[in-house]
Amino acid sequence: MRSQLSALPVSGKIGLSLVVFWVVLAIIGPFITPYSASELVAYDVFESFSGKYWLGTDYLGRDVLSRLLDGARFTIFIPLAAAGLACATGTFIALFAAVSHRRTDETISRFMDALISIPSKIFALVMIAAFGSSVPILLTITAISYMPGSFRLARSLAVNVANMDFVTVARTRGESRAYLAVKEILPNIVHPMLADFGLRFVFVVLLLSSLSFLGLGVQPPQADLGSLVRENISGLAEGAPAVIIPAIAIATITIAVNLLIDSLRGGATYSAGSK
Amino acid sequence: MTNHVEVNQLRVDVGPLESPKTIVHDVSFTLKRGEVLALIGESGSGKTTIALSLLGYARPGCRLSSGAVNVGNDNMLALNEKQLADLRGRKVAYVAQSAAAAFNPSRRIMDQVIESALMHGVLNREQAKVKAVDLFKQLALPEPDTIGARYPHEVSGGQLQRLMAAMALICEPELVIFDEPTTALDVTTQVEVLKAFKAAVKAYNTTAVYVSHDLAVVAQMADRILVLQHGKVMENNVTSQILNHAEHTYTRQLLSAVQDSDAFQDNPKHDTVLEVANIEAGYGKILRDGSVEIPVLSDISLKVRQGQTVGIIGESGSGKSTFARVIAGLLPAAKGYMLLNGKELKPAIDERSKAECQHIQMVFQNADTALNPAHKVGDILGRPLTFFHGLTGRARAERVAELLELVKLPADLAHRKCGALSGGQKQRINLARALAAEPTVILCDEVTSALDTVVAAAILDLLEELQQKLNIAIVFISHDISTVKSLCDEVVVLYKGKKVEHASGKAFRAGPYHPYTELLVSSVPTLDPLWLDTKPDGHEQTAVRIAQNDALCRFRNRCSVSIQGQCDSLPPPEHKLPEGKRILCHKDMAL
Amino acid sequence: MKVILRLIAQRIGVSLITLLIVSAVVFFIANLLPGDAAQEMLGQSATPEAVAELREAYGLNDPPPVRYAKWLGGLLTGDAGVSLANDRPVDALIGERLSKSLLLAGFTAVLAVPFAMVLGIVSAMYSGSRIDKAVNIFTLSMVAVPEFLLATILVLIFAVELNWLPSLSYIPRDATAYDYFRAFAMPVVTLCIVLSAQMARLTRAAVVEQLSQPYVEMALLKGATLSRAVLRHALPNAVGPIVNAIALSLSYLLGGVVIVEVIFNYPGVASLMVDAVTNRDMPLLQACAMLFCVGYLILVLIADISAIVANPKLRKGG
Repeated sequence: MRSQLSALPVSGKIGLSLVVFWVVLAIIGPFITPYSASELVAYDVFESFSGKYWLGTDYLGRDVLSRLLDGARFTIFIPLAAAGLACATGTFIALFAAVSHRRTDETISRFMDALISIPSKIFALVMIAAFGSSVPILLTITAISYMPGSFRLARSLAVNVANMDFVTVARTRGESRAYLAVKEILPNIVHPMLADFGLRFVFVVLLLSSLSFLGLGVQPPQADLGSLVRENISGLAEGAPAVIIPAIAIATITIAVNLLIDSLRGGATYSAGSK
Repeated sequence: MTNHVEVNQLRVDVGPLESPKTIVHDVSFTLKRGEVLALIGESGSGKTTIALSLLGYARPGCRLSSGAVNVGNDNMLALNEKQLADLRGRKVAYVAQSAAAAFNPSRRIMDQVIESALMHGVLNREQAKVKAVDLFKQLALPEPDTIGARYPHEVSGGQLQRLMAAMALICEPELVIFDEPTTALDVTTQVEVLKAFKAAVKAYNTTAVYVSHDLAVVAQMADRILVLQHGKVMENNVTSQILNHAEHTYTRQLLSAVQDSDAFQDNPKHDTVLEVANIEAGYGKILRDGSVEIPVLSDISLKVRQGQTVGIIGESGSGKSTFARVIAGLLPAAKGYMLLNGKELKPAIDERSKAECQHIQMVFQNADTALNPAHKVGDILGRPLTFFHGLTGRARAERVAELLELVKLPADLAHRKCGALSGGQKQRINLARALAAEPTVILCDEVTSALDTVVAAAILDLLEELQQKLNIAIVFISHDISTVKSLCDEVVVLYKGKKVEHASGKAFRAGPYHPYTELLVSSVPTLDPLWLDTKPDGHEQTAVRIAQNDALCRFRNRCSVSIQGQCDSLPPPEHKLPEGKRILCHKDMAL
Repeated sequence: MKVILRLIAQRIGVSLITLLIVSAVVFFIANLLPGDAAQEMLGQSATPEAVAELREAYGLNDPPPVRYAKWLGGLLTGDAGVSLANDRPVDALIGERLSKSLLLAGFTAVLAVPFAMVLGIVSAMYSGSRIDKAVNIFTLSMVAVPEFLLATILVLIFAVELNWLPSLSYIPRDATAYDYFRAFAMPVVTLCIVLSAQMARLTRAAVVEQLSQPYVEMALLKGATLSRAVLRHALPNAVGPIVNAIALSLSYLLGGVVIVEVIFNYPGVASLMVDAVTNRDMPLLQACAMLFCVGYLILVLIADISAIVANPKLRKGG
């Protein structure tokens, strides 16, 4: 483990430290805010950096740093949970499809392909229009919209493994489908699926922030980093840190994860985009 | 006469500059103009790396670290990329192992064959085309005038390999590197290709370096042989000297692995454990009469007896691997039946009982893919013990240790994953897993073809020893007729899904053969350097597609003794010869 | 040729089936869930009679499958219903906006494609070099940046600091080329950066894949220079994968325009759709969603067909 860490290229180390930094911040953030996140502490709105308000103040005169510390947990934990759900269900269904009869496999795959054809932002918009917006619903939406992608990857990996001779050997032994899926195939696709989990996380962070930016994501009084950008957008003309800082914060999270995954793979083939 | 090629103290490293790993250790050799040198060794011996260094080329990750490689007046290690590009293809040319991959799939063959002549300005387009057609003729390619207009996927593997030789010879280079050029070919195709290469090299007085792992092939081609192991030269001498008076132990091991072992003993007759009768199997829809849309096997019957080995032999496309899948229940037979210990064996694996599954175990060709890289050796061997015999804990661990000992592996291997093991070790574990079930029949599908010669020989010895000890029946599927000949108590020859010959081992070894078997047997190179020259020029098989369900002899278009009016109009009769030998042919075998 | 046509026909068939499933998914999410469109339109104070009347008028009393069939039939005949928010036909609303969104996407594609191609091919040719690593880090970062960050940075620089461009896109009625440039510059650049980063990565992967093939090594050993091996041997085989990469990357635009149109107040379909969400204007929302899905499917279809057409195995010699 230690040697693996030191073998990471510089970009990977930067990525890893940023990821650790953000996860820690998301956990302890609400407890270390210098001011209350919801309290109007300053008379001036859109103040710039100062000793008193490190990251300035927002459109109501609240402390931006406090709001950032308080909002980070939404931007980190909803995507973590959603990406985890998406990957786990995607992998599970894919394993099932890979050891099932061809008919079943094709039906599932066809349906997943259809789901993939709904761009995630569009899917989210339709869902929000129908269900409204709340944290559990956002979690569900993001998990569902990235599950088919996980499924597709997991299925192609699983089908490759399922055609390997060691699986055939297990089949000739008369092993059950569940054994083939869980014991023979799963251990061989776990690593790429973990990388995929990282990518899904990036996707969800970007989607969630975009939704919040549109005013359709996390709803007041709660606010994630995307909401902070939205509520302060009127400060853009003044160049207020309240707009730009939360946006940069989001970028550091997503870029860090991308850098980390890329250097773990040792190649520059895959990456997370904001599809 | 001075040396044409001189390699002096060549060292090749891989890995980072600070901590390199040396894969070629100070190799030196010389070659005179027109000589053919063979580099022989097993995978990882550095033979291809050395051969590529003659082009001043190192694969990505490798570095030609020190030494000198002189071809004519040029030191290939001292030249820059531009100078090298000027020499490559013009002065030194390369014939790659897999022509199918080395031809650009999207460009016509002619364009690729003449490319180097045009790039180097040796010939203009018209001259180059004329020259190419000449070479096609010389290399005995069919339709030499038009074959160049095709795309690579439209010609056969053996033809592509010769087309690649034409590509190499178009500039009449001084030196040609042949990198395992026939390894991917069927044995009957190999003969044609080797003959063409030999003639071409002679005609142009080209110096050649021939890379191979097959001593018998090399014996046909080379004036000198350089034996390599782990990147070091073991022995370097003229061919006759190496073949007859090998000095190094490793060379002798290689030699003994090639030579037929004649110490065959016929086992007495035993009980039939598996009977296969009139099997038809294939892919696609099931038709109304119960046959399949795309049949691969038709009307195959045989009996497997306890403690005996049945060899199934054929080239790619013969259906031999399909046969193993049918017995294992992976591909349910459409027609026919199977009996295991006298009781009906259902065609599909889903319908078979656990005990039936236990009695039939399969061992695959490629141990790399047959062992789950995520599992430890102990778990790989332990699973059938738990699954079939309910062993757990201590009892299971003890049995695993026994199994490892049985296949002559150290017991502490149980705690390791198989990724880091050698090919031979993996194949032993593969075998041990089949034994763990305590089966009646083991299906061995090309179990040695992915292994180096010496390792393969050791696996075969082990297989025989285990069979003696455990009295199991083996179905041994192989493309290698000499192995089958020396190992099996009973031999079945498949051609395009049909059984053309069936004999006891003894009767098989005595001959006579079906014309196809005859071709197979006579196509296997021997260590006699004159062997290739005694081969008649075969006629190129034209690409006539024979329908698989054709009742006529499927070999008739390739057959050298086919009888007009019979072979092309009547199904071949089955000749019964002494000792139960049966041959499917019009020719009267008793003569 | 026959094989190619058959494969293409097959792909088109599959796309149509997919589209059918997609329409069902969109319709049922939008319609089967809480909230009564009639109640919504009339507000809480409406009498039950008025609501019932409206339900009847809009066919909301029909069972869901019937409503789905009607809706689908309407879409196919060019009648997507009436917007609940402003009582105008949905087709007319979308019609006004569609050309503007296509114009934005078109400008972006024209700029991004050549840029991404060069970036991808160069970094593949020199893979492992400093250029490649720099391009890798850059593209890796850009694909992970939210569009609104890029957009706000551009606004800060060009509108706030330099005051060169307006921070909102506005095309006057008698617009000159210069007006168009001013209106499009920032939205297009924002989309371009993310899109070309994505495309460059996929292009690089496609070319690198070809460069690792034995036939490229063979070309080098025949005496071809690296650039010849890349341009004459690898690229012709990479055309299929590259077109594939372009088409797939362009599908990013479908999501990207949503943010960009809103942030620059650009009057396209995406901002129309966001308004529809806020107003819970389901007929309009469904139609917009289907439009985006059709766009996506067309791009994927182009990607698939290019892979089929470029497959050398389907080519015939003489």
